[in-house]
Amino acid sequence: MNIHEYQAKALFKKYNIPVPKGGVAFSPDEAATVAATLETPVCVVKAQIHAGGRGKAGGVKLAKTRDEVIPLANEILGKILVTPQTGPEGKEVKKLLIEEGADIQNELYLSLVADRGTGSIVIIASTEGGMEIEEVAEETPEKIIRLSVDPAFGFQAYEGRSVAFQMGLPKEVIGQFVKLLGNLYRLFVDKGAMQIEINPLIITGDNKLVALDAKVGFDESALFKNPEISELRDLEEEDPLETRASQHGLNYVKLDGKIGCMVNGAGLAMSTMDVIKLAGSEPANFLDVGGGASKETVKQAFQILMDDPNVEGVFVNIFGGIVRCERIAGGIIDAAKEIELNVPLVVRLQGTNAEEAKDLLAASDVKLTVADTLWDGAQKIVAAVS
Amino acid sequence: MSILVNKDSKILVQGITGKEGSFHASACKAYGTQVVAGVTPGKGGNDFEGIPVFNTVESAAIQTGADVALIFVPPPFAADAIMEAAAASIPLIICITEGIPLMDMMRVKKFLEGKPVRLIGPNCPGIITPEECKIGIMPGFIHKKGNVGVVSRSGTLTYEAVWQLTERGLGQTTCIGIGGDPVNGTNFVDVLSMFEKDGETEAIVMIGEIGGDAEETAAAFIKENVTKPVVAFIAGMTAPPGRRMGHAGAIISGGKGTAADKMSALEAAGVTVVKNPAMIGEAIELSLTT
Repeated sequence: MNIHEYQAKALFKKYNIPVPKGGVAFSPDEAATVAATLETPVCVVKAQIHAGGRGKAGGVKLAKTRDEVIPLANEILGKILVTPQTGPEGKEVKKLLIEEGADIQNELYLSLVADRGTGSIVIIASTEGGMEIEEVAEETPEKIIRLSVDPAFGFQAYEGRSVAFQMGLPKEVIGQFVKLLGNLYRLFVDKGAMQIEINPLIITGDNKLVALDAKVGFDESALFKNPEISELRDLEEEDPLETRASQHGLNYVKLDGKIGCMVNGAGLAMSTMDVIKLAGSEPANFLDVGGGASKETVKQAFQILMDDPNVEGVFVNIFGGIVRCERIAGGIIDAAKEIELNVPLVVRLQGTNAEEAKDLLAASDVKLTVADTLWDGAQKIVAAVS
Repeated sequence: MSILVNKDSKILVQGITGKEGSFHASACKAYGTQVVAGVTPGKGGNDFEGIPVFNTVESAAIQTGADVALIFVPPPFAADAIMEAAAASIPLIICITEGIPLMDMMRVKKFLEGKPVRLIGPNCPGIITPEECKIGIMPGFIHKKGNVGVVSRSGTLTYEAVWQLTERGLGQTTCIGIGGDPVNGTNFVDVLSMFEKDGETEAIVMIGEIGGDAEETAAAFIKENVTKPVVAFIAGMTAPPGRRMGHAGAIISGGKGTAADKMSALEAAGVTVVKNPAMIGEAIELSLTT
């Protein structure tokens, strides 16, 4: 789960990680109110969306005087920002962060990442701040410093010093840097983060470290430990169908194709998308109804698929293990009674009680095509749609 | 032969009185697995369908000789349950639980280092040696005894592959789900090396998915160490980058962990990579006849 920069900076403040003074604004008037509380003549107006690359897309502007804040806020609010991370459709800006301008002497890069390879939190630091870290890694890998922290003992000051000296930081900021890293690590562990990125972390003219940007992502599985983090979720940044699916315990990711699919299990759901592609079409979604799919979940899943205007056909692929196929068949029949299934439907049920399920479907008056195998099903739905 | 478990394996189930634990403990027992003990703190002294329940893993192990722990404990307590089993030196620990916080798993992994135990999972279907013992949540009836080893990051996709094998009359030595989480106990290399050494395993099915680099590491290992035919499928060819596809570990991040990269690494290692998951059974059959 990702949060906005202004929310991340509020968390930073709680952990004594220095950030510029500022506040969030939902309208140009609010932007002016925030600007009035700032102490520097220059301030920065930053679009708050869940995607990087905002600066290049015109989502970050410098106001040389307070008077420029309102017109800049007007310009950015409501704008659709298209960045490499938003996809071609872009994202609408609904909030702004208004901040004091900073006296930048040097830009650094610092991040903490939960690294699956080492099973630990890895510190990644570089003197090349303000650039895409992937680019730095590609072009000048020697400028990236990595250090893995032992999860049993946690961050130690010597590790911070080691990173600081490797980066060649001026001696005035080394103490600050070690303290900042320690605080960042504590925040990471306390709140169940997956990654924290500060790009850039700046050294100001008077040798102070300040986090000019803040990107924090959380481990969804750890949210139960920190309900206050769950509250930071911004549903406006998420697809409404995905939100609804998660409320019903369905794992759904919206895609661009026209074949809706309903599957049990994540691996099989991904494979079903893949075979749709191999059969010559594109999947409209990833949908895992889970191991304990009930009639009700199946109905909700159909409703979500039918609410996606791109869906021109539906492929149900269930491998019954724990889930009994006849239960799924019952769910399909119920759903067909209540929801208008006005597109071709191909159903493939295999595994526990598959034969009973097929009989149930055959005896019902639901219009559908039964498939025997995964490949047979994919071919049938693609043929029915094109 | 089989790997890791067989008809002599003695299972204890942690969380045996919970909804999932009780359902699956019964199903494992019905398959013929020796379920010798259950553990639920506070319910020691009771029994579940004739299986004695203990308060701690240690007491269960001492009194019953259990050598496999099967864990159904909910996510907030699962890391603790794994560590309890490891502290009691249960040699094989299988954790089914999905949704354990990543940070918990990092600590668990550290805790396991240097201990004489192996963890499979979490977030996995478990392990089965057909017609001998089923330790997990997979449907037993789709399996058949034979000579193909199966290792997978998935659950239902594994059942799909196993079913294709069984329908063609190709049985399995052992099928292992290593789980869909980013930090897990046993990886592809561990299992591939066991299948390579196993006298009865003649071919191997390996099912990977997007995210991480476990398949790439496996490819490097296969190239140097595996002489048996390997058929691989990688799920997620059509998955968009940056989105988690159900499993916590199934995500392409920073352009890394794509299905295409994994497929080409495996192909370069001499593995038969099938692009269509419906062709796994056929490819194994072909590899055994040529």
